[in-house]
Amino acid sequence: MKYDVTITIALKEGMLDPEARAIRHALANLGFETEHLRTARLFRITLDAPTPEDARTEAEKMCERLLANPVIHHYTVEVAE
Amino acid sequence: MRFAVVQFGGSNCDRDTHHVLAEVCGVETDLVWYKDGLQQPYDAVVLPGGFSYGDYLRAGAIAARTPVMQDILRHAKEGRLILGICNGAQIGSEAGLVPGTFTLNAYPKFISRHVHLRVENDTSPFTSAYRKGDVIKIPIAHKEGRYVAPPGVVETLNREGRVAFRFCDEEGQVTPESNPNGSVENITGILGGSACNVMVMMPHPERASETVLGSDAGIRIFNSMITHIEQHG
Repeated sequence: MKYDVTITIALKEGMLDPEARAIRHALANLGFETEHLRTARLFRITLDAPTPEDARTEAEKMCERLLANPVIHHYTVEVAE
Repeated sequence: MRFAVVQFGGSNCDRDTHHVLAEVCGVETDLVWYKDGLQQPYDAVVLPGGFSYGDYLRAGAIAARTPVMQDILRHAKEGRLILGICNGAQIGSEAGLVPGTFTLNAYPKFISRHVHLRVENDTSPFTSAYRKGDVIKIPIAHKEGRYVAPPGVVETLNREGRVAFRFCDEEGQVTPESNPNGSVENITGILGGSACNVMVMMPHPERASETVLGSDAGIRIFNSMITHIEQHG
């Protein structure tokens, strides 16, 4: 089965997010007041796996091995049925 | 005695580093293309600066997962010297050679200028030619050079004397103003390995190894390594 997997990699709460700070400032300059803004990175991956659980496990392995850096990131995986 | 400088696609300080080692320090030094792996045991391996894999994903992340890194991790385990400079430091931290990691500067821009470093450890294989408290002038050139590590890790680094260099001002004061990238506790040189036989640093000692370049304060890192190898084989 082919599964579409969405992986979101974000900085852990409390980690300085310099890009977010600059973007929030730029939004404020345009009149958009925000209370909180964080950036994240999204990967859309299509992969072959026997079950959705296997697709998730595979995606989590990708995060652990390469896509995320455990020192600064956490990640979430969504598998579309 | 033989050094290796490992070249990845996008390395751009490989030849500078080779020049300093081979021509200025006068040690046998091989430029090793990463796909060739380390074909022999080297006394020291240098991961040079640059933009391996275009800094895609995270600086150093992709190079850190190439097969040559297994050779380098093995060299580190055997107690051989590994030095990561700038992108080499990012690769080294991504490969787990030292704890913590380097990420986007607090002010998220590329910074290229001379800074001052305070020597925090004068007994390691990389820093024995300095004296603790020495202030050296050396250039940085990076966008992802902010050293980050959990508080417990920083505490261990401090306790075990594994901080080699901190950003400081001209007088050697470690202040927020003298921290160009927001690194935790101004740390920019970290010692790893069981015998402090690994060091990663964001500043570029190879760009400060000849007086004609404005500073030769960096050459003592390479000289320390050479002395260590001469004494320990």
